[in-house]
Amino acid sequence: MEKLSFRLTATRSAGGTRAQAIVGVVASGNLEVLLERASPADTCTIDIATAAHGFGAVWDAVVRDFVARRSAGGLRISINDGGARPDTVALRLAQGIRKIEEPER
Amino acid sequence: MTALAANDVSLSWYEASARQRIDALVDAGSFAEFIGPEMREISPHLAIFDLPEQFDDGIVIGRGRLDGSPVLVAAQEGRFMGGAFGEVHGAKLTGILRAARALKQDMVILFDTGGVRLQEANAGELAIAEIMRAVVEARRAGVNVVGLIGGRAGCYGGGSLIAGTCSRLIISEQGRLSVSGPEVIETNKGIEEFDSRDRALVWRTMGGKHRYLFGGADIFVDDEVLAFRQAAIDALKVRRRWDPAVLKAEQKRLERRLQRFGEAKDAVEIWQTLGLDAPTEIPALPTDAFLRAAGKRENADDAR
Repeated sequence: MEKLSFRLTATRSAGGTRAQAIVGVVASGNLEVLLERASPADTCTIDIATAAHGFGAVWDAVVRDFVARRSAGGLRISINDGGARPDTVALRLAQGIRKIEEPER
Repeated sequence: MTALAANDVSLSWYEASARQRIDALVDAGSFAEFIGPEMREISPHLAIFDLPEQFDDGIVIGRGRLDGSPVLVAAQEGRFMGGAFGEVHGAKLTGILRAARALKQDMVILFDTGGVRLQEANAGELAIAEIMRAVVEARRAGVNVVGLIGGRAGCYGGGSLIAGTCSRLIISEQGRLSVSGPEVIETNKGIEEFDSRDRALVWRTMGGKHRYLFGGADIFVDDEVLAFRQAAIDALKVRRRWDPAVLKAEQKRLERRLQRFGEAKDAVEIWQTLGLDAPTEIPALPTDAFLRAAGKRENADDAR
């Protein structure tokens, strides 16, 4: 496994009140994303464990783009990756934000 | 409980994830997970093999309500390592079954598994034995344990043994239930014995229709989450006995079944012997017509 960690400044913090959300599954070409409210409101931390080594620069681009576009402040995001493509990663991250912002029932 | 509590989503059981299945199965908003992904109770073995881990180790356990009644739930995620049993995965299922017994609460198990995880095989095999014991002890205490089978990975290996100890089994056409999987049989016995690439053969031998006709499963449903939900509600209404008399009767039934069908070379021959009309048409029948045609099926009684 290759482990990568990012700590990024976020301009917008995540909405909603859910403490956590999880999306995806660890399978070939797929990943799971666990989102928890833990970081300061202007910070998003992302920890990645990936089976595909040597793609640090791609991860860097994808997570920076994600934090710039979405309301990710205040989140600690943990990823187990089974070799997903960057577009799949971006979709799962967006799906995770949507899920943690869902109203609680 | 009123109709307000019921879910109304239309979703394929086969395509859904473990978490989607639970959400659609229990009353809306009633599920509370135990040892969730945030606890990070991951496999202690996979890192040794440099394999990816999953935060819930491929099984979701918790409690919810089914038509208003409290129920404990376990759902395997068939897409993570084929839903296979490892140490943590197995311990979570053992633990919730023991809770079912202690709390005297009914339990549903959403199977989706290829069997024991090879990278932690000893722990996995031990888990299978512990789980079967926990099912039996829960049933002896009067708890219903209902199994639901219709996932991508089917219900194979140790998973099929656990299924055999459940009080009722609900299966869809897509569900497969067998001890050995197609590739395992072909590898050990040769392609003449079983061609694992012959999908029609796999489905008519291990698939839901045959398992239902043969008494290996008790309730046949469409590949639809609401069909599984309704069948689970119905299955939990009836208390199944579990004592030596029931087991002896089941043993006799299985001996009779072996005498009656032991020489059959193919599932179609079994359907013929059962006296079904147009046995070759069985795989193509839609659910309604299939259930009408299945009137003379084998019945598993209370032992299952």
